Amino acid sequence: MSGNISSSSLYPSEIILATPFVTLLFLYCSAVYLNMKHGKRWSVFRTLYWIMGTLFALLSVTGPIARLSHEQFPVHMLGHLLLGMLSPLLTVLGAPVTLLLRTLSVKQARRITAWLKAKPFVILSNPIFASFLNIGGLWLLYTTDLYDLMHQNLYLYLLIHMHVFLAGYVFTASIIYIDPVFHRRSYTYRLIVLTVALGAHSVLSKYIYAYPPSGVTRSEAETGGMLMYYGGDLIDIVLILIFCTQWYKASRPRFRSPVEKH
Amino acid sequence: MRESKEHPPVANHRFYSSRNLWSGFLFGMGLVTFLDEFIFHQLLYWHHFYDRTTTAVGLISDGLFHAFSWIATIGGLFMFADLKRRRQVNVKRWWGGVFIGAGAFQLYDGIIHHKIMRIHQIRYVENVIVYDIVWNVTASILLIIGISIISRKTNHA
Repeated sequence: MSGNISSSSLYPSEIILATPFVTLLFLYCSAVYLNMKHGKRWSVFRTLYWIMGTLFALLSVTGPIARLSHEQFPVHMLGHLLLGMLSPLLTVLGAPVTLLLRTLSVKQARRITAWLKAKPFVILSNPIFASFLNIGGLWLLYTTDLYDLMHQNLYLYLLIHMHVFLAGYVFTASIIYIDPVFHRRSYTYRLIVLTVALGAHSVLSKYIYAYPPSGVTRSEAETGGMLMYYGGDLIDIVLILIFCTQWYKASRPRFRSPVEKH
Repeated sequence: MRESKEHPPVANHRFYSSRNLWSGFLFGMGLVTFLDEFIFHQLLYWHHFYDRTTTAVGLISDGLFHAFSWIATIGGLFMFADLKRRRQVNVKRWWGGVFIGAGAFQLYDGIIHHKIMRIHQIRYVENVIVYDIVWNVTASILLIIGISIISRKTNHA
């Protein structure tokens, strides 16, 4: 997998990781087109979020970032911030499930809805489970030999990168509700889980700084750890802002309170 | 951030009164963490990201407070916006909350984080004790100002 970073042709690992994103972008755009053809409106912003989410994922898994990340830990960390945090946030904002349900016929949409109410999706939409998938996976990657092994085994490399994106998506979707969620959790519950999950992310960043993962030099671990800490913050702030905006809208007063009447 | 419910007048009054305090407290705590990061880590380079004496529990407390501070700053302001649209802002209780939150967190940071968990020192110099005293006295003053603001008789909005 390692090789000349300036080589213009894609490596097999890059093609395998890029294919699902490109396919989904094609499907998303086709669905938007079908909706427009039938006179149904679809938000331009949602479409742009999805396109940007795809681009950031591609930027992470192909080209210079993907190639340099094998040798340089800070570049690896930048790639992971894009693939595991920024791209999932943008794709969640793209509301793919809503778009899918709108594009299908009523009968098909009902079948998908019934499917989404099934047990596995209820478990996935639980923020605690999603946090374990997401942050737990990262702890496993950086505090065991897994990080070193990933660079020697192609399958492990592919598996871990798909996991980073999917776990990031599931986590983001379990905290902010953009698409229909059939087993909704209260704001307080989600907020507590969000605090602990973001806290665990910060702790891991400092842990990486203090104890470099296998095969990473001290100075690279220090830069990478700080990038994870502060880079994570930037994306977390957006996530928190969206979460609070949703709370603010949902809790708007519907009746005049007794105090106000005087 | 509780979802709003309808309350009888007395409970309603008490509910919003504590809401004002909490909104201020969270914002004050978040603000002081932000200033700490901005002034002492980024501008002056006095604080270190990590120093080798940090205890494990120190790392955990630092990480949780770091995450919580962003949520508190943003959440505190959204709670304030919510009080404003309900016309329930009580300026004194809110500012009292800000000072108490700022002072309480700075005191926790100054004593528990710096001295007991040894996350990092205020500055890496010989007589750090002077810095510690100034830090914790400032924190105590903020806390006392906050408590005196809220314990004074207030006219409710």
